[in-house]
Amino acid sequence: MIDEKFDAIVIGAGMAGNAAAFTMASRGLKVLQLERGEYPGSKNVQGGILYADMLEKIIPEFRNEAPLERRLIEQRFWFMTDKAHTGMHYRNDDFNEEKPNRYTIIRSQFDRWFARQAQEKGAILLCETTAIELIRDAYGKVVGVRTDRSGGPIHADVVVLAEGVNGLLGTRSELRPRPVASQVALAVKEMHFLPTEVIEQRFNIKGDEGAVIEAAGTISNGMTGMGFIYTNKESISVGIGCLVSDFAENETSPSQLLDAFKKHPSVAPLIAGSEVKEYAAHLIPEGGYKAIPQLFGDGWVICGDAGQLNNAVHREGSNLAMTSGRIAGEAIFQLKSRREPTTAANLALYKKMLEESFVLKDLKKYKDMPELLHTQAQNLFLTYPQLVSKAMENFVRVDGKPKIDKEKDTVSRFRKARGTFGLIGDAFRLARAWR
Amino acid sequence: MHFVVCIKQVPDSAQIRVHPVTNTIMRQGVPTIINPYDLFSLEEALRLRDKVGGAVTVLTMGPPMAADSLRKALTIGADRAVLLTDRFFAGSDTLATTYALAQAIRKIGETFGKPDIVFAGKQTIDGDTAQVGPGIAKRLDLLQLTYVSALTEIDQENRTITLERRSEGGTQVLKSQLPCMITMLEGSNVVRRGKIDDALRAARAEIVTWSAKDAGIEDLTLCGLRGSPTVVKRVFAPQARAEKAALVEIAATPAETADAFIEAIFAKAPTLEADMAKLASGF
Repeated sequence: MIDEKFDAIVIGAGMAGNAAAFTMASRGLKVLQLERGEYPGSKNVQGGILYADMLEKIIPEFRNEAPLERRLIEQRFWFMTDKAHTGMHYRNDDFNEEKPNRYTIIRSQFDRWFARQAQEKGAILLCETTAIELIRDAYGKVVGVRTDRSGGPIHADVVVLAEGVNGLLGTRSELRPRPVASQVALAVKEMHFLPTEVIEQRFNIKGDEGAVIEAAGTISNGMTGMGFIYTNKESISVGIGCLVSDFAENETSPSQLLDAFKKHPSVAPLIAGSEVKEYAAHLIPEGGYKAIPQLFGDGWVICGDAGQLNNAVHREGSNLAMTSGRIAGEAIFQLKSRREPTTAANLALYKKMLEESFVLKDLKKYKDMPELLHTQAQNLFLTYPQLVSKAMENFVRVDGKPKIDKEKDTVSRFRKARGTFGLIGDAFRLARAWR
Repeated sequence: MHFVVCIKQVPDSAQIRVHPVTNTIMRQGVPTIINPYDLFSLEEALRLRDKVGGAVTVLTMGPPMAADSLRKALTIGADRAVLLTDRFFAGSDTLATTYALAQAIRKIGETFGKPDIVFAGKQTIDGDTAQVGPGIAKRLDLLQLTYVSALTEIDQENRTITLERRSEGGTQVLKSQLPCMITMLEGSNVVRRGKIDDALRAARAEIVTWSAKDAGIEDLTLCGLRGSPTVVKRVFAPQARAEKAALVEIAATPAETADAFIEAIFAKAPTLEADMAKLASGF
């Protein structure tokens, strides 16, 4: 039995947990943070991209100290067929001039730094400590946790579950359902090490500039998924992810997809001659708005991936995690400073603040998107990329055929593949889900 | 009773790489751990403390980041941690290390009470000398018990300890006077997982940090590089002994594959058949 009581116990030291711990500790609350891994970030796999704005709202001067890899000046979207890609590049240095908006980061380094900021504000971090059980009082209110270490339990007014996509504690305690296979993607990633100069040459960048490629199309074998290539200082992260349910149905393994992606003629030259030093796999919550579980209750709140707060359309996750952690911290601080109990009715403030933020507004906007991407996977990831690629080929190839015939060929291919009504329907469905 | 355990922060050898050109160990980015041999001594000290009461003090000499290892030892259950850190200690060999550690143990004795047993790891995984434990014993004039596989009895009244020591050809059962110095054999116990109370205490604990001066070390010529007569002349990676491997294609049937193997082996070693015949004729 530990006599000491904390204002809050935060489960997890990733983006959401660190943001929550920092927010509360810096406002003077007594915070205990529990991390399963050997150190914060040791279990993290994210690619990854850091969105500056959301971190700035927590630690304004982070650019001076945080371990950042490259500031992104170029974003490429690739629509891929087996042999080709049709791309869109957005490169703009002005966009970044004063304060870069996005960076590549390596989470095992970044999370350590972020957790240390919370520790410096007074949060206590225990690593290699897994919370295994929520402790409830006679009324069912969560009042603490028991860990996999002997002794305890440890008591707190509120438990912040920022434990990631698997959410073992929340699931075991029946606060949230087990994620289903159609609501989580499995992403695999490799870190390809190359000399800095080689990376700079291949991606047309210099100094601390970075580029990102996001790719969709036949590389996912008709499944809902996406490939990515991120530039770090001395390495390139290459990965691909698809819905777990798709992998199961198609009996495809993620490593097969990644191998094929790496061998694609557009990708292979970028990573040629590299040394792979790390490979990893992780789940990404992609269920969208409709998959979000109850996010608060008597003595508990859920943040980040554990709450399915992930925007698959915009490939944003860590910023939603960070922001939900910050908002949870602010809501708890408000209650504490008004000396109000951390009941479900009071903690509803967290959900209300989330609804007013971009987190739930964005997810709500795309609430129909996951379903569309899933049910229309064949069209979106196989048929259309091939049609677009053929259209580009028709447009670009100079072979003496009259242009009018080529245009007719392109149009008839689209009609044949989807039918006139199919095309209209696809456009309508996409527009409605996007709106 | 008071038990002092000397530990060392070492690079995790499982994750270490040797630079292909310079043949030096690439320490950069390699995670550090507590020298695994030290953990057997730490656990034995904690068991003694749990049995007879008292305190366990962990001591290390190293750069400021060695505090991480001390904090880990506190999480496992040690009561107090002392970090001996000073640029004068840089480049110490085992002679200089034992000098500094022995002085620090004297100082620990003055500050926190005289130790009854000083523990150390049998050896480290990075230096592998197995000299530091015995060196400390010599300098502090402690009875020296190395390769200990079990502590069987401690008699506080008569100040004796009975233990088992692995020796060539068997196990010695020894009884020794306290104070003494013990290095535990690997596998003699399994290090515990600290209680949640220990983890909480460790997270907040202040690590006692001493410079050479704080530890009462006056003669700095006996410390660090200056106090180290050992000179590393050259570091090299041993030559690979194996010849380059050959690949044999898998044939249609297992028997054919086996034939292909045998053919490849005999092709590489033309005298093998004759040698084997000669060997066989000797029987």
